[in-house]
Parts: sequence; structure tokens; C-alpha cells
Amino acid sequence: MTSDLRADVFGAEVVAEAQEIIQRYPRSRSALLPMLHLVQSIEGYVSPAGIAFCAAQLGLTTAEVDAVVTFYTMYKRKPCGEHLVSVCTNTLCAALGGDDIYKRLTTRLGTDDAPVGHEETAGEPGETGSITLEHAECLAACDLGPVIQVNYEYYDNQTVESAVDLVDSLRAGQRPAPSRGPALSSFRAVSRELAGFFDDLDTTVDGPSAAAETLRGARLAEDRGWTAPVMSDVPLPLPVAEEKK
Amino acid sequence: MSTDPVTPVLTKRWLSPRSWRLSTYEQLEGYTALRKALAATPEQLVNVVKDAGLRGRGGAGFPAGVKWSFMPPNEDKPHYLVINADEGEPGTCKDIPLMMADPHSLIEGCVIASYAMRSHHCFIYVRGEALHCVRRLNSAVREARAAGYLGQNILDTGYDLDITVHAGAGAYICGEETALLDSLEGRRGQPRLKPPFPAAAGLYAAPTTVNNVETIASVPFIVNAGSAWFRSMGREKSPGPKIFSISGHVTKPGQYEAPMGTTLRQLLELCGGMKDGIPLKFWTPGGSSTPMFTAEHLDVPLDFEGAAEAGSMLGTTAVQVFNETVSVPWAVMKWTQFYEHESCGKCTPCREGTYWLAQILERMVAGEGTVSDIDTLLDVCDNIFGRSFCALGDGAVSPIQSGIKYFRDEFLALCDSNAVNAARGNDERRELAGAHSR
Repeated sequence: MTSDLRADVFGAEVVAEAQEIIQRYPRSRSALLPMLHLVQSIEGYVSPAGIAFCAAQLGLTTAEVDAVVTFYTMYKRKPCGEHLVSVCTNTLCAALGGDDIYKRLTTRLGTDDAPVGHEETAGEPGETGSITLEHAECLAACDLGPVIQVNYEYYDNQTVESAVDLVDSLRAGQRPAPSRGPALSSFRAVSRELAGFFDDLDTTVDGPSAAAETLRGARLAEDRGWTAPVMSDVPLPLPVAEEKK
Repeated sequence: MSTDPVTPVLTKRWLSPRSWRLSTYEQLEGYTALRKALAATPEQLVNVVKDAGLRGRGGAGFPAGVKWSFMPPNEDKPHYLVINADEGEPGTCKDIPLMMADPHSLIEGCVIASYAMRSHHCFIYVRGEALHCVRRLNSAVREARAAGYLGQNILDTGYDLDITVHAGAGAYICGEETALLDSLEGRRGQPRLKPPFPAAAGLYAAPTTVNNVETIASVPFIVNAGSAWFRSMGREKSPGPKIFSISGHVTKPGQYEAPMGTTLRQLLELCGGMKDGIPLKFWTPGGSSTPMFTAEHLDVPLDFEGAAEAGSMLGTTAVQVFNETVSVPWAVMKWTQFYEHESCGKCTPCREGTYWLAQILERMVAGEGTVSDIDTLLDVCDNIFGRSFCALGDGAVSPIQSGIKYFRDEFLALCDSNAVNAARGNDERRELAGAHSR
């Protein structure tokens, strides 16, 4: 059964891409993390078939691969929605409203009586507008908190209202632009990028990057005429006499 | 010596339109340091970084030049440079904007540092959730390779280097350098016993140096302008500029690159003071793993020595500011839940300790704690601190120990009010609590 699945889902093209990942590294096992992102891009999660595929490509046992999969939060064990919505509920974001946002989204995506829980999906996984919700640890955008990521693209300075609007739009099949980064794609599409495959990097690399907050220090310095001490081209220290051992 | 309050070095190019492109970078002195470096010897480069006193910007503050000098001079085995771009310490948000806005500064630093350490393969281990950084870095690597700054025979010097951008998969512990190496080898990201240190046996058991993004991005500037220039900012033992990431209840949170040794009082002036005038209650100098400070510490110089002398650590200069509306026991509980979630499970004190700490704090915040829980917390902390495999355990107890140190009354008041409730004969709740399995 598993081998049938593997043949169906992971065809010759995927095998070629898996081999391409292996070529990036001096030792093949290093390819495991990107390869798991790759199988996730195809199935929308890391399935038993995906685990078997990686194991076969790398000459590992499925248990060895499984042990890795369960360690990392970005590998999902159940089929995910078109979009993965991650709400930062670490201390700082939570103090600024992240906990309220997460709580509201659980009922907005579910119902008051049956809220959608952590890593649960609203809608049929894979279908347009389906959303997997999770609470996330610090997403390293604390000056822009509370933050949400959709498919790991940043939506900065969120409120309960803006977060509800965001998931409503996603549920309706729309793709509101992130605060930073390119146009929103899907969980599967970004998983492919995490595996190191960029089908249109010249386009996706653009898009806004620095939020106003990011630039505040540099702008303030510019406005006030503050600078670092002037840099002039100084020779490197002279070579020390060779110490032969 | 006196410098301006804000000293943009790493953050200066961020203001330029499409700053991430090679063409922009080259217009702004990009890759000039590389030409100079490749004309020098590796020893000269190690020495200039040593002379500059550049200390690791990932939290530990180890002198980068000294770390580089641990790499063996021979090349019996391949040498590796691995960049720790797994930014995830709560509050820390400096490397991601740097990689987004100015990826070439990191790439240039990687080439120089790799050359200095006789490495021909460099890995940038980027946090998976930092997807746009992954794009920007991959694009920068492609551009640099096409322009001859990477690949075979770089700038006709005969030096070869490849850079592989590697996306992680969501695990805070992989910011610990040996866990990062295990992860990069395709394993669960669990720390290794040291020694051997990575310079002796790192990636694939070969000589390896792991450096933080901000550290390596500083190198081209030092190569160009020299160690004296770098030392003209900051303090004697902690020189240079540093990106302070100010977040939380301030008027203008953001990234402020200021000399090492800048105080919170000065930073608050830069970022417009406390939001809505609500007074400061507590703050972290460098992420949640650094013991918290209070309003008493407004004038502590934020460099490695200053923060340590005042009982904390500089960490990543992730300055998280909380006002009087925030409950300390609640904040401590949230951080503890984070460490519980991120404990890798390898060593018992951290795995079990964080699990029990989180439960006690949850009980307390839920209104079911007792005064003796405070002692239990500190006791468990004592059994984790210094007894864990890696620094995650030490970090996990920081918020608890410092929170109780400065705000014991708040913990007591919380437990006292719980005791009052209990004395009222709230049997129903007690039954519920007893039956409750977490």
C-alpha cells in the first residue's frame, strides 16, 4: 500500500529533485530536512509515504526519519489547509494582544462551542480557503507585534479585528498581501521554497521588506545627522612572521 | 570618546531602495572589503578581527577572532563555516531584518571569514519560519556567484568557496551551536557534549566555526576601516555598534543601532519613551533567557560587562519592555511554557524541570497556587541551573529566578489571594482542581 502511494505521489521528477538536494551537501543525510520540506510541498503534510520516500532516498530507516519529523514543529503530521495561520503567543506578542487574537481565531474558524484547536484545520484540507491554525513561539518580529504569519509570510501589528478580516479573506479564497515579502501563495508552495526550489526567484525576492519600525533607528540618525565615525580605508595589520611548528 | 547616540553601520544600507540587490550593494562599497581580504593572508584577517575586539552577537559574546584562531592551520579535513541564522530567542529580531534588507553584507562576511579559516564550504542555517530571508539569501548567493564573488577562483585569486543556504524546520534549540550542527547533519537538533568543541570536531566531525549573522556581517566593515575605527564605538571590552531591538510598550519600537554600552534610559529617549506614558515595570536586556531588569536598571550600560555586573546578561540586545499593566507571574508562566515546549528532551533536569515549572506557574496564575509553590519553583530552578546539558536550561530559569527576585510580593499576593479564596470554603473549585488533569 505504502509503495503504491509512493509511486503515485512521488514520481520520477520528485526523485530527481530529491537527488538534487543531496548534491548540495558533502554528506547525504544533511538533505533530510529540505527533503521533508519537499515531500510536504507535494502532500501538504509529511505522510507515512513521505517518510518512506525520504528513507529510501537517503538509505535510512523509516524510524530514523520519523524521529526527525517529530522533533520539528514545521513538519505537520496531518494534512494541512491551503494556508497555515500561525499566531505568535509568546510573552511579548501575547501581552500586546496575541493571546486574544489566537483565542478569537479559534472560534472564528470554528464555532463558540467547537473552536478550532492548535494544528487543526477549518475546511477540507487542501481545498481553497481551508486554514490550519496554530499558536506559534516567538516569530522574531517583536518590534512589529502582535504578529501573525500565513505560510510563514509576516502580517505585522495585528489586532483581533484585522486578524479576523485576514482569516475571513483567506476563507473566501482571497490572498491579502503580507506586510513584507511577495504575494501570498500557499502552504505547499512555500514548502517547496523551503526545500530550496525557487521557480520564480527574481519575482518572489522582491516586495517590501523593511517595515517602518525596522528602519526607525536608521531614519532617526538620518534626520538628526547622526552617524557612525567616518570610515577610511585602513591597511590590515602586517603579516606576523610565520610560526613554524 | 563620544559618539552619536545612533551609529548606523549594519543598518545604514537598509534605507536604500532595493537594498538587497547586488547592484545596490556594489554602489555602497559592497564587496570592496572582499578584494582587500583576499589580497591578505588568513592570519592578517584573524588578527584584525581579534584587534577589533568583535564579540559574538548571538548572545554569548565570545571574541570572534579568538574563535577563528581555534581552527587548525592545516587542512587534513575540510573546514566549515556555519552561520547561525536560527533567530528565535524571544524578543530577538535583528538578524531577520538584516538578512532581508542587506543579505549581501552577510554573504561578503561569509566569504571573508571562510577565507580566514581556510574553509571552502559555508552553510547558512536559517530559521525555516524566516522564509523571506531564505529567498533573499538564495538570490544573493546566485547574484554573488554570477559576479564572481563566490564559486571557483573568486576574483581570480584561486580561492574557491560555495555557500549553501539551509532552511531549518522549527526548533528553538537549533540556535544552540552543537544542536544546530546535528540538525544540519539531518538529525534531531540536540546539543552535543563539549569538548570536543566545533573547531576540533564540528560538522561531520571536521573543524567548524559557528558564528551569528550580525557578527559576520560586521566583518567587512572591520576589514575596510580597521580595528581602531571599530573600537571608536562602544566600550573597551565590548567595542563596536550593536543593533538594539526594542519591542513592547514603547512609543516607537524598532531597530536602533547604537554603540555598545548604551543604557535603557538612552534607548527610551530614542524610541519616544513609554507608550501612553504608562510606567515601566520590567524589561529584558537581551531576550527572555537573560534575567529581567526593572526601572532600577535604567542606567546599566548595555554591554557584556555592564549587563553581567548588574546581574543579567547582554544576550542578543533584544530589549523587551513591559509596562505596569503586565503581571510578572503571568509573563514568567508564558516564558516557561516556551522553554517547556522547546526543551529538546535530551537531559533530565531541563526536560522534567521545565515541565513541572510550567505546571506550577499555570496553577498559580489560575488561582490555585500556594506560598510554598514559590519555594518549590526556586528549588526546581536550582536543580536545572548549571545541571543541564546546554544553556537552554539556564535560560529557562532566568525569568523565574529574576521574576521572584524583583517581584516576590506580586507572587505572594497572588498566592495570598488564592489562600483567601480557598479559606472561603471554595470546595467546588478544589474538587475541580483535584480532578483536573493537565
